Amino acid sequence: MPFIPHTEQEIDEMLEAIGIKDTDELFEEIPSHLKISGLEGIPQGMTEMEISRLMHKRAAQNKQAVCFIGAGAYEHHIPAAVWQLTTRGEYYTAYTPYQAEASQGTLQLTYEYQSMITALTDMDVSNASLYDGASALAEAILMAVRGNRKSKSRRILLPRTVHPDYRKTADTIVSGQNIELVEVDYDRTSGTVQLDALKQAAGDDVTAVVIQQPSFFGTLEDVDAITDWAHENNALVISVTNPLSMAVLKPPGQWGSNGADIACGDGQPLGAPLSSGGPYYGFLCCSQALVRQMPGRIVGRTTDVDGKIGFVLTLQAREQHIRRSKATSNICTNQGLVVTASTIHMAILGPRGLENTAAACHANTRELVAQLGSIDGVRQAFSSPIFHESVLLLDKPAGEVLQALAQKDILGGYDLGMDYPELGNAMLVCATELRTEEEIMAYRTALQDVLAVETLHKEIA
Amino acid sequence: MSEIPSELKYTKSHEWVRDEDDGSVTIGITDHAQELLGDLVFVELPEVGTEMSVDDAVCVVESVKAASDVYMPISGEVVEVNEILADAPETINDSPYDDGWLIRVNPSNPDEFEDLMDADSYDAEIAED
Repeated sequence: MPFIPHTEQEIDEMLEAIGIKDTDELFEEIPSHLKISGLEGIPQGMTEMEISRLMHKRAAQNKQAVCFIGAGAYEHHIPAAVWQLTTRGEYYTAYTPYQAEASQGTLQLTYEYQSMITALTDMDVSNASLYDGASALAEAILMAVRGNRKSKSRRILLPRTVHPDYRKTADTIVSGQNIELVEVDYDRTSGTVQLDALKQAAGDDVTAVVIQQPSFFGTLEDVDAITDWAHENNALVISVTNPLSMAVLKPPGQWGSNGADIACGDGQPLGAPLSSGGPYYGFLCCSQALVRQMPGRIVGRTTDVDGKIGFVLTLQAREQHIRRSKATSNICTNQGLVVTASTIHMAILGPRGLENTAAACHANTRELVAQLGSIDGVRQAFSSPIFHESVLLLDKPAGEVLQALAQKDILGGYDLGMDYPELGNAMLVCATELRTEEEIMAYRTALQDVLAVETLHKEIA
Repeated sequence: MSEIPSELKYTKSHEWVRDEDDGSVTIGITDHAQELLGDLVFVELPEVGTEMSVDDAVCVVESVKAASDVYMPISGEVVEVNEILADAPETINDSPYDDGWLIRVNPSNPDEFEDLMDADSYDAEIAED
């Protein structure tokens, strides 16, 4: 069957049936100035040979820069087997399969994914994944508002140590739903959010507190104290975590006396390449008490009539195909294919491999910070312990320095000027397990040169 | 055939209402409703003290097939909820009119009682389904 839905004849028949002359009449209510008559700047079609030549030419412009940028997406080693297996025809779909009778393999894989993520976060339940970490946070906030019925305020404490893009996405998704996101500032010395600041922002009633661990700055928050304080005040705790860091840090399920209530984050560090920003996937876990507020698909294990183990979608009664507009969420796309890769990645690395990777990231970043910090005009911004990122303060504008470094094929870090102007010339740096000592030393030399040259320019000027 | 006790009042959306001696009313879902839903697995009850108007969604009853809203048959304040449903939602299947009640409400507008159906009207209503 060709992928052409209707023949001219069929279209004519349909138009006649509804009594109009041509399809344009269907769109008459759209004002003409909003209609685009043609696309500008789109060249004529090319042959395969021509397009191949063009792409090779463009690919040659790519540089093999060494990456020290983190800020939410991280370059890690992905064993070749991961995507080799993921792109097999049996797995090659972006959707959660509904038909249990035809999809046992994929359903089992999703079930294994849920098991692995709950093991990493030490939470009771995981769904089959969401679109990305930022939208997972928005869904977590909506879950908390539905689930915390002791709180009437619909106020969520959202510290500035949470990823700025996550905060923007959460605001876009929840602000139209009568939910107030209360920004809480961080301590300028430690680079973490302080309990006192949270207490002050909380007022009489707060529905949930969001904590990112490690924070956007790479620093480690006092998650135990914040969790216990939140629970004492009838607020739920939403954790945003880097799943790789859970191999070495205390997982959300163990925060404070009773653990976080909802755990979310971006699964990219577990098997997804950077690839210009996506596709990644979001993970979302919760305690048993909140399972009916969980949006999206959940795969469960059961037995069939013959007593054999089987896998099916479960807890579907509140999903959009049944509850329509009253569903727990109408934007619960999952990222089946990336989750497949991530599950295989976790299986290949194993708990020990993940722990070794996380530890190597931590060690490399400490080395990077020590090396760069020894340069005149560079110092670490915050005193708190870090995982695998750190904020460095420069005596020159970070944007210019990073551009100069990029000329030397070094992607030196993330400029914090836009989101945190109060920090001055600040950049966020990261060294994953991929960065070698040689690369770190090359960065040191390059940064030293860049800062010296700029100083020279100024002196001449 | 569904059981439809004659002393109760009913709504089109399959809630029943019992007028108690102390001025409050007890609310639940009918035998017919629990048959339609099938095995109940979860009941989401409101907080005591919640004030709601007639036709507001006050509870969610979830079966293996669907999650459905239960609507307020009359306006008023929720003064008690059936706590046993938290651990034993199937009580609604076993005893929709007695042990499986949902909430008790102090009506704010007793006139609304007049708009409810009696057992015969409800019987005729569900016969049309």
